[in-house]
Amino acid sequence: MGAEQKLGNMGVVTARLEDVINWGRTGAMWPMLFGLACCAIEMMASQTATHDSSRFGMELMRASPRQSDLMIVAGRVSRKMAPVLRRLYDQMPEPKWVLAMGDCASCSGVFNNYALVQGVDEVVPVDVYVAGCPPRPEALMNGFLTLHDKIRKEKIGKWS
Amino acid sequence: MSHLSHTLSELQAAFGTDIQAVSEFRGETTVVVEPTRILAISQYLHDQLSYTFLADLAAVDYFPEEPRFAVSYVLFSLAQNTRFRVKVFLEGDEPSVDSVSGVWLSANWHEREAYDLMGIHFNNHPDLRRILMPAEWEGHPQRKDYPLGYEEIQFSFNWREVDGTKSYAKDRSE
Repeated sequence: MGAEQKLGNMGVVTARLEDVINWGRTGAMWPMLFGLACCAIEMMASQTATHDSSRFGMELMRASPRQSDLMIVAGRVSRKMAPVLRRLYDQMPEPKWVLAMGDCASCSGVFNNYALVQGVDEVVPVDVYVAGCPPRPEALMNGFLTLHDKIRKEKIGKWS
Repeated sequence: MSHLSHTLSELQAAFGTDIQAVSEFRGETTVVVEPTRILAISQYLHDQLSYTFLADLAAVDYFPEEPRFAVSYVLFSLAQNTRFRVKVFLEGDEPSVDSVSGVWLSANWHEREAYDLMGIHFNNHPDLRRILMPAEWEGHPQRKDYPLGYEEIQFSFNWREVDGTKSYAKDRSE
């Protein structure tokens, strides 16, 4: 028995606007095609048929920041790259989220030296950190789902 | 007579005491030459002895020894299938040596890298800018007396102290 029979033939469903908007935002979140190091290989693997991130509406990696909602920082960020990263983030339209993938993006991992930014949260505001060196696609998808949970709790006035 | 021994005898005949030392280690031949004569020796090796390929140009920091810096040129002769290394030692903290980018064009970027990371000045280089580090960077980070830029690691017992020193993007007004 389908939902139509259960609800009767009203053609109307009531819900909170906030819930519907957040549901829409979680359902088709396009990540930016932007890999910095070895984590990008696992990010690509999460797109493949085996792991299939299109289940979450994320199969489209956009090569332009203007079309993307999620920035996956996949890899270590050098101090020379940091202004570029920030500029890409500034070019993304709101609402936008950042996922720091792997130890290097989260806290610079094993590279505690002059050349790398010690955690990408010094450059852009990070929503979800995914641990691992590199994290497996399953871990990355757990990060996606954690982000979805976070977005479902967002208030409607958060984004201007 | 192999091309390698031919190279050595020709170099010693042409440049005499400018060839300061010859050494061999595990089949690799290295000559140490007078730094002021590197351009003439390079040109001679390139034109007369068929070393047309500069495989690598590397800088070494022997801090705190003196002479502190060395530049080593790894050459390869495509015609004779022979490898050969030329090395110069440079005095002081602001070393300089003539650029060989006029002899081997590939030396251009190698010398820029050596300048960027080790601070060796190559005279008459066409475009001596930083190649890896940001343009406004101060210092030459691969020198042995350059600080590593270590940041204290955050554990649960010192989480608060380290966290207070970090500058987070989310705390700044956008």
